[in-house]
Amino acid sequence: MITLERVTKIYPGSKVPAVDNVELQVPEGEICVLIGSSGCGKTTLMRMMNRLIPITSGTIRIGDKDITGMDVIELRRSIGYAIQQIGLFPHMTVLDNIATVPKLLGWDKPRIERRVDELLELVNLDPGVFRSRFPRELSGGQAQRIGVARAMAADPPVMLMDEPFGAIDPINREVLQDEFLKIQAKLKKTIVFVTHDIHEAVKMGEKIALLDAGRLIQYGTPEDLLTRPKNRFVKDFVGADRALKRLDLLKVKDAMRVNPVHCFDNDPGEKVLEQMIENDLNYLLVTDRESKLKGYVNLVDLRGHNGEVGDVVHPMRITVTTDRNLKEALSKMLTYDIGIVVAVDEDGRLAGVLNTRTLFSVVGETYDERGGRWGKIPANGSIL
Amino acid sequence: METWQFLVQNSHEVLLLTAQHAWVVAVSVVIAIFTGVPIGIWITFNEKAADIVLYIAGIIMTIPSIALFGIMIPLLSVFGHGIGVVPAIVALVLYSQLPIIRNTYAAIKNVDPNIIDAGTGMGMTRFQVLFKVQVPMALSVIFAGVRVAVVMSIGIGAIAAYIGAGGLGHYIFMGINQTNDPMIHTGALAVAIMAIVVDYVFGIIENRLVSKGLRA
Repeated sequence: MITLERVTKIYPGSKVPAVDNVELQVPEGEICVLIGSSGCGKTTLMRMMNRLIPITSGTIRIGDKDITGMDVIELRRSIGYAIQQIGLFPHMTVLDNIATVPKLLGWDKPRIERRVDELLELVNLDPGVFRSRFPRELSGGQAQRIGVARAMAADPPVMLMDEPFGAIDPINREVLQDEFLKIQAKLKKTIVFVTHDIHEAVKMGEKIALLDAGRLIQYGTPEDLLTRPKNRFVKDFVGADRALKRLDLLKVKDAMRVNPVHCFDNDPGEKVLEQMIENDLNYLLVTDRESKLKGYVNLVDLRGHNGEVGDVVHPMRITVTTDRNLKEALSKMLTYDIGIVVAVDEDGRLAGVLNTRTLFSVVGETYDERGGRWGKIPANGSIL
Repeated sequence: METWQFLVQNSHEVLLLTAQHAWVVAVSVVIAIFTGVPIGIWITFNEKAADIVLYIAGIIMTIPSIALFGIMIPLLSVFGHGIGVVPAIVALVLYSQLPIIRNTYAAIKNVDPNIIDAGTGMGMTRFQVLFKVQVPMALSVIFAGVRVAVVMSIGIGAIAAYIGAGGLGHYIFMGINQTNDPMIHTGALAVAIMAIVVDYVFGIIENRLVSKGLRA
């Protein structure tokens, strides 16, 4: 846990504080995003945490240790540090770059090499290929991955990241963010992450701290900032399209109608048809007994068919998985011009359905500033 | 043709003078590297000193070499070395300072601050940042300064014959005095070839020493 108490920074010769009385707590194992426009003090605040910038007043504690009392070199070696322009050492190979802190800590060679390979695999780069490359032989995305791997080299519990995905094209940035979140889900580091991109903040942060002119304006979950902006400034900062940003934030599983009406592939066709007519359904989802999604059937297929439903099932090509965000689901609906998309879990089991109406109600429901609930829509279950 | 004849007839002496020349230059350059590089590094910590040091080194550069040798005679005769190899070496060391100091200073100053920040932020001491990051990254520019100094020293070293330091300058001056063209040509040619060869060799050494990661 990182605790900031009344942290203030006044640069020599300046009357206005660059960071003004900031109180903040980053819980263990969470990503806290510091965000604000340039010059708001977010980078200054982060750089005070490893004392690259001396604190004017206030205290910063990592765990229960006041960092001012610690040996500054030791402190920095215990904190992972990844910066904007990547900052890889151009004269060192990937191996030497990643090994920077382990070498400073005096690890032996086999241990360093094992750790480097482990990290390269973690960031999805083949150690055999990349170990001996130089930074100039890497693409932007690869360099960023190495930057992240280097920050994690000595397995520090705390990491500081200053726009680590800043210099990357939007598509690769998404990929890197996803990968990083996956890694973080496993490693559970306490991370302070600086960005000026609200999308990135909403995506990466478990907590977001919005700063302006050195002051902490609002600190809370992304949900809080989007649905309960404290004041006009926050509202403007998160943008008029904050409802759309929630599409990034919410997962399919948050919005879908769970356990939708369906039938099994070995159900008798005529009975299912009967029920469909009675309930005024034009088509129906089909799963097997293990609830693996098989596809769908429609009225026309079932009419006059007297076998199992499974014989006439149409495969379902467009589905989403429950852990994707709503933006992706909506994008699929728009791309394929479908009003409804079926959600499956990782094993292809039917999890729920999402249609434009549920989607809009979810986003719309919480649009208002009081913050509404987007609770799940009641279950329906098997039709028979 | 006459030059060739001269060369063949006096091959032993040519080799001797070349060795003498090379020796004076080598000693000077080694001393210049071991003074210039540390001074260049030191002044990156102290802007004021940097201005003064670069200014002085610049002034030394502008003193004509003949004049410098002349100044050296009364100064060094106090120690009994008014003429000969010692004043030659002192002069060459002084001349070499500017390219070496200036390049060292500029190269270290020019290392991307983001990279220094990364090093510092990961817990390198100031000393480690300097020797693990800044100097290795500055090496090729420092080397360029050394190469300029070496080639320049080989040229100026010829003039040192004037104060009795020997070397290939001996042939040039003697040749002028005796209007002996083959002698002048031999001396001048040998100096030129030496400069080219040494520069080439330093290029190879530079390639070995500078990280492959820094090649464009």
